[in-house]
Amino acid sequence: MSCPSFADVTVGDTLPPIELSALDRTTLALFAGASGDHMPLHIDVDVARKAGMPDVFGHGMLSLAQLGRLITGWAPQNRLRRLSARFVGITHLGNAITCTGKVVEKLERDGEKLVRIEIQAANQFGEIKTAGDALVALP
Amino acid sequence: MIDRKHIGTSLPTATLEIEKGRLRFFAKAIGETDPVYVDERAAKEAGYRSLPVPPTFIIAVELDANTLFPALQNIGVNLSRILHGEQQFSYFDTICAGDTITVESRFADIFDKKNGALEFVVKESTVTNQHGKRVAEMRSVIAIRN
Repeated sequence: MSCPSFADVTVGDTLPPIELSALDRTTLALFAGASGDHMPLHIDVDVARKAGMPDVFGHGMLSLAQLGRLITGWAPQNRLRRLSARFVGITHLGNAITCTGKVVEKLERDGEKLVRIEIQAANQFGEIKTAGDALVALP
Repeated sequence: MIDRKHIGTSLPTATLEIEKGRLRFFAKAIGETDPVYVDERAAKEAGYRSLPVPPTFIIAVELDANTLFPALQNIGVNLSRILHGEQQFSYFDTICAGDTITVESRFADIFDKKNGALEFVVKESTVTNQHGKRVAEMRSVIAIRN
């Protein structure tokens, strides 16, 4: 994969977004198995309802994994120095999430040239579900 | 309320040998189609020793070892009331399939908001590989809806 160069990146640049299809139960089941998070709240509607939730819902870490894809689709993963997020809203079944990222800062630290990218995952109604930032070292 | 005496409590050490098949399954689950994450030849051409471990996968080490949820229960957390509040990863080296990863964690803080209606447990973790090299650090905030 080619890597953007520090000189060519400008504050305000946006990353190619990732548009996901509506969240379904199959995805939750696959992610539960693959991630090791077997919490029944995400895969068993009976347990979710007992806990006061209307239905099962998306793992926060599924959302952050997609935001990870957003970054590693832009620069190779061995350039990623930090990935950080707050899970600000629950991703419900049927939510179609779009992951977006924007370069907000260029900086130098420990002899590396870095860009800070604000990242977020929002549904089709514009409701932000996950928001955070990433630090990526560029050549 | 969760007793604040648990601040500083260590979790049992968790270790996971990272397998290629598991990483391909993870890639499928998150819709990752970049060949670097599923085809070892593509990974090697990109400069990795084997399939690279996606940035968020290392959470699986403690989940597979089943050390996190029992530790939360041990300090009085009702697991049906928890939500993941925040997550941070810092990376110091690449982790690839074939590596054996060890995670050592402790509950670094416990606090509440809204007079206890919401409680928070902060977990901080150090991630090392089979050579004893620190490859990552993690910080998780778990929210409890009381």
